[in-house]
Amino acid sequence: MKTGEIAQTTTRDDLAEEGPSFMKKVKSFFIEMALLSAFMWKFFKELFKRPFEFNEIARQCYIIGCRTLPLVGITGFIMGLVLTIQSRPTLAEFGAESWLPAMVAVSIIREIGPVITALICAGKVGSGIGAELASMKVTEQIDAMQVSGRRPFKYLAVTRMIATTLMVPLLVVFSDTISLLGSFFGCNLKGDISVHLFFSQVFEKLDFMDIMPAFIKTIFFGFGIGLIACYKGFNSDKGTEGVGRSANSAVVIGSLLVFLIDMIAVQLTSLFS
Amino acid sequence: MEDIGKEETGNFALEIKKLKVSFGTKVVLKDINLLLKKGENLVVLGKSGSGKSVLIKCLVGLIEPDEGEIVIQGSDTARMKERDLETLRKKIGFLFQSAALYDSMTVRENLEFPLEGTEARTEEETETLVMEALQNVGLPDTAGKMPSELSGGMRKRIGLARTLILKPEIMLYDEPTTGLDPITSREISKLILEMQTKNKTSSIIITHDMECARITGNRILIIKDGVFSAEGTFEELKKSEDPWVHSFFE
Repeated sequence: MKTGEIAQTTTRDDLAEEGPSFMKKVKSFFIEMALLSAFMWKFFKELFKRPFEFNEIARQCYIIGCRTLPLVGITGFIMGLVLTIQSRPTLAEFGAESWLPAMVAVSIIREIGPVITALICAGKVGSGIGAELASMKVTEQIDAMQVSGRRPFKYLAVTRMIATTLMVPLLVVFSDTISLLGSFFGCNLKGDISVHLFFSQVFEKLDFMDIMPAFIKTIFFGFGIGLIACYKGFNSDKGTEGVGRSANSAVVIGSLLVFLIDMIAVQLTSLFS
Repeated sequence: MEDIGKEETGNFALEIKKLKVSFGTKVVLKDINLLLKKGENLVVLGKSGSGKSVLIKCLVGLIEPDEGEIVIQGSDTARMKERDLETLRKKIGFLFQSAALYDSMTVRENLEFPLEGTEARTEEETETLVMEALQNVGLPDTAGKMPSELSGGMRKRIGLARTLILKPEIMLYDEPTTGLDPITSREISKLILEMQTKNKTSSIIITHDMECARITGNRILIIKDGVFSAEGTFEELKKSEDPWVHSFFE
């Protein structure tokens, strides 16, 4: 058995020669899951080993965090604004317009903010990491790191996965804040509400079980996005087509994973509450 | 045929015994035996897809062989733990066909990268080493440039500088002149020879550029069907009556 990509190529080639298409896909899925689990296990093993590559972690946090801020901010503002404008008529029908700030805040903080922000990160950050690592793999840069005695997995994958795990929750907090500002703006388009009153109503209805579970799940969103992007990048096929495929599948699988984690988080939260 | 590649054991930098590598059902290397003498420049010739690059990738643990031994400094690399392999890799330089410079780093950062994690150095000492390496390859003014700003020949030179900065005992070159014009190819070949003389390294040069083989090689091995089929100096092989060997020199 060969190491790394060669082992996987061989496994997939072998599969191509066996069995009907459905069974082949099922087998391929389980092999992929096993390889992904091994990749994740390697992350936890490497996480506590020296060197810790703090400089690279900080650099990745900057790239992932700061460079995604404008996009997350704009979408967050629009999200809050649109949700407020769309919800107003329904609430007005029941004479519950005064519930607007609280309702929008709960929706944004519990669900919409984390999920939409994570999906944006899966798109922007996931594709970026997937494409970057895949092109490094194709141009033998990862091999070059390995033969120079450095650890490419630690330097490239562990640092990026730590950065996404740290930055996605912070981006969600930022996005939620901007969304509430958007909502405040939306409330004032057809009404008149002061900042103080708006935020009093928001925080009056928000409690610990709204904020904490939503925050905790964003840590898993970040980890999932980083994990899939790095895995796809490290296991890219050769050639430029492989780079495109890695970037694409990093986004698609990353986004699906966000929904999957969200579904599990919602179930767990409802169990405990 | 079995004795090709073998020399009298003793003063050698690297030894390969009965190496076999296959991918799926395709056997790439069947029975490779090789002794690389200290200070020697060994050229490996062969057709594309004959397993030349696979051979040197096995030496640094990028590909795990099915069978056989690769003995470097008394240890079999094929059965080495990853951490020991990392230490050993610092003593082996590998110049990739594409030079494999890190796109997101400047030339200076590319050269500093292998130095991190080795012995403690001050910033001045690191800078001196980087500038010295760039001087050696004749590109002292490129430290602040990005790899995308460099020509193919310059990238190869920087790749060579990055490889030599750790002062390796063994150098592996994977088609160092591929994709370069004849003049730049000759310059790179002469640079390889110059660096080998200066640093007293032992080298394996994978190529199908005969000019490069002539300039750099002390000994040439030709690989065919997964085994070494011919051995000799450039002049000896040039006079060979074997049509396969002769075809390389036409």
